[in-house]
Formats: sequence, C-alpha cells, structure tokens
Amino acid sequence: MEKLHFEFPGQYAPGHFTPVLVGVVGSGNLEVMLEPHGGSTCTIDVTTSAGGFGPIWEAVVHDFQARHRLAGIAVSINDMGATPAVVSLRLDQAAAALPLGSQSNSGAPT
Amino acid sequence: MNRSFAESTARERVTHLLDADTFHEILGPAERVVSPHLALLGVPSAFDDGVVIGSGLLDGQAILVAAQEGEFMGGGVGEVHGAKLVGLFKRALAAKPAAVIVLAESGGVRLHEANAGLIAVSEVMRALLDVRAQGIPVIMLIGGANGCFGGMGLIARCADHVVMSDIGRLAMSGPEVIESSNGVEEFDSRDRALVWRTTGGKHRYLTDDCDVLVEDDVAQFRAAAMGLLGQSLPLSLASMEAEHALLASRLSRYGDCRDALDIWQRAGVADPLRVPDMEARQMPALKALNPKELA
Repeated sequence: MEKLHFEFPGQYAPGHFTPVLVGVVGSGNLEVMLEPHGGSTCTIDVTTSAGGFGPIWEAVVHDFQARHRLAGIAVSINDMGATPAVVSLRLDQAAAALPLGSQSNSGAPT
Repeated sequence: MNRSFAESTARERVTHLLDADTFHEILGPAERVVSPHLALLGVPSAFDDGVVIGSGLLDGQAILVAAQEGEFMGGGVGEVHGAKLVGLFKRALAAKPAAVIVLAESGGVRLHEANAGLIAVSEVMRALLDVRAQGIPVIMLIGGANGCFGGMGLIARCADHVVMSDIGRLAMSGPEVIESSNGVEEFDSRDRALVWRTTGGKHRYLTDDCDVLVEDDVAQFRAAAMGLLGQSLPLSLASMEAEHALLASRLSRYGDCRDALDIWQRAGVADPLRVPDMEARQMPALKALNPKELA
C-alpha cells in the first residue's frame, strides 16, 4: 500500500457543497471523494494497493487538474489497482457531480 | 427499462429503493469512520467501510436501511461495518420505523479482521432479534452478484422476511468453501449452474427459505419491500418449534437427494430441468403445485 499527496493551484472554486463520492474500492476500481476545503488549491490524496506507480498517478492527476482547474477542493482516493483510464473516468465523474458553474468546459467529456 | 439490482452499487440501490430524495445517511463517507485493521495489513480502506446506513421513506413510511457493498472486500463484515449495522438496529428500538431493510451482499466475516468480525456478526444477530422482539419487521433483500454467505447468511435467516432475485444466493458455506473442505466430487464450485440451482433465489423460494422471488430489478425489490412493511412475524418458542419441525421434515424427505433437481422432481415439479430458465413470476404457480411437499 502506498500513499501519495499532490497539490495544484486552481481557478474554479465551487464554494460549499455536499461531499461527492463515486466508485467503490473493488478490484480494478477506486472510490473518489470530493470535499470543500478552505484553501485556494486542489489537494489530491491517494491511498493505493499498488506500490511503485507514483509517476503515473502524477501524470493522471496533472491531466485531471489541467481539464478542471479546481480550487478549494480536497480529492481523496482509495484505489484497488484501477488502470489510469479508469482513474481518469472516475475523477471526471466526480467533477461532473459538483454544483453547476464550478467547472471548466475546456476538457470536460462531451 | 429495468435498473439491475445486481449491477448497481450499494448507494445506487438505496437511492432507487426509497422514495426519491428521502435518504439521509448516517456516518457517511466524509466522516471517515474506517476500519482500524485494514491499514495495518497494508490494504486500502473504504470511507464507509463497505456499508451504507441511514433513514428514509418507503411508500411514505419511515424506515431504516442498510446496504452492503459487495465489491469492497466481498461485502465482508469487519468491526466497523458490523458496528454500523448494530447501531442501525439499536436506533430502530427508539425510532420505531415501519421496517429495518437490509440489502445484504456479503461473503460473511471479513477474514482480515478475524475475531472482531466474528464478534460483530453475533452482535448484529442479537441487535436484529431485539428489533424483531419489538414487533418491528426486519426485511432482507438479496440480489447482489456476491450472494449472502457465512455469518451474513445466518443473519439473513434471522429476519422476518427474505426477498431474493434468482441472481441472489443465500447459504452458510459458499461453493469454494464446500469444495475445498469436502472435495470437488461433493461440490464443484466452478459449475455455475449447479451453484445457482443449489443456492440461488429460485431454490430458496421453492424450499421456503425465501418469501418473495423477484426479477433482477430494483423496482421489483422496492415493490416487494413495500408489500412487507409493518408485517412482523412472531418470534416465539412455538414459531421456533414449527421451524425445527419443517427442517426435520425436509431432511427426512430430501436428505438423500444429490442435487436440487432431485428435490424439485420429488416435490412434483413436472420438468425440473426447465426451472432455471423460468421467470420469477412463474414460480408461485410451481410452488403451489405441491406446497406440503416443498414446504
């Protein structure tokens, strides 16, 4: 098991919202929880069953933040060996559940 | 279009089982009441420890509900998972809901948590029976792909009512457990047809271990649960003795049967091989053919 932490500056702050949870901690799957936090950044905390994939996680969450540029949000992930594509889909699914008007449209799936 | 119960997550099942927008979760994921054991073993936790609990309305009536997530650790009952179930049943004693509904999907005790999980299962049973003693019905809905086995199978049979789909399975020892302890000649866990006709909803319904059989559709589970609200069964010495008499009779009638097919045939089902392909709505007529034999 490995724990990873990332923090990015962002622009789009949804303000207060009810925490969002998508996905489940099953084989090849993960759960993603979004919660509001006071700062101006987007923090991402990952707990994963698969050790040694730090650079891939960094690339995936970097791409996510490039698409959504979230601010004031804490992302928490429990992962059970999901592939990078599944992680990206879950992150976008969670972002889509945020209150309207808080997201960038640039990279959102259509 | 049907919403498959088996394909839905525990949260989706709860959302679509209850009246729209009435679910209020207790100890939700943001509170992070997670397993104290899994991290020590190097296994990721789930923020809800694999079970969703809370209150809501069903057909306008207040109920308490719990749903196990079969994808997380096979729905295994760990210390926190079990404590959430116990807490929900204890809440029912004060809240007096029209029912406590459990969407069970579990392989039983979460082996990582060993004794803590075993104790949790026994505590859940005690809490469930306390609720029944107050005349509050406990309803089990079983339709997940992982079935309901081990300690959770025992808990399910402590309830007033069991509702299943044919995808749902209910038993004490799971197929792999039987095969590894008694050999493949006794039970081939890779024979899916055998596994389902032995533990699946249809067989459980025909032998009276399941009260209502539905298709794999959340709306049908909802309709079945609505029909059972407020219907408490007495839990008395007489009802226990009747249950024991039924089990003794079943053993004497069918104890030498090697397969569920043999049981169905002996009970008077004309074409037992067709049963696995039949619809849930066709089963009550089959059961009515020879109710004394089957029950």
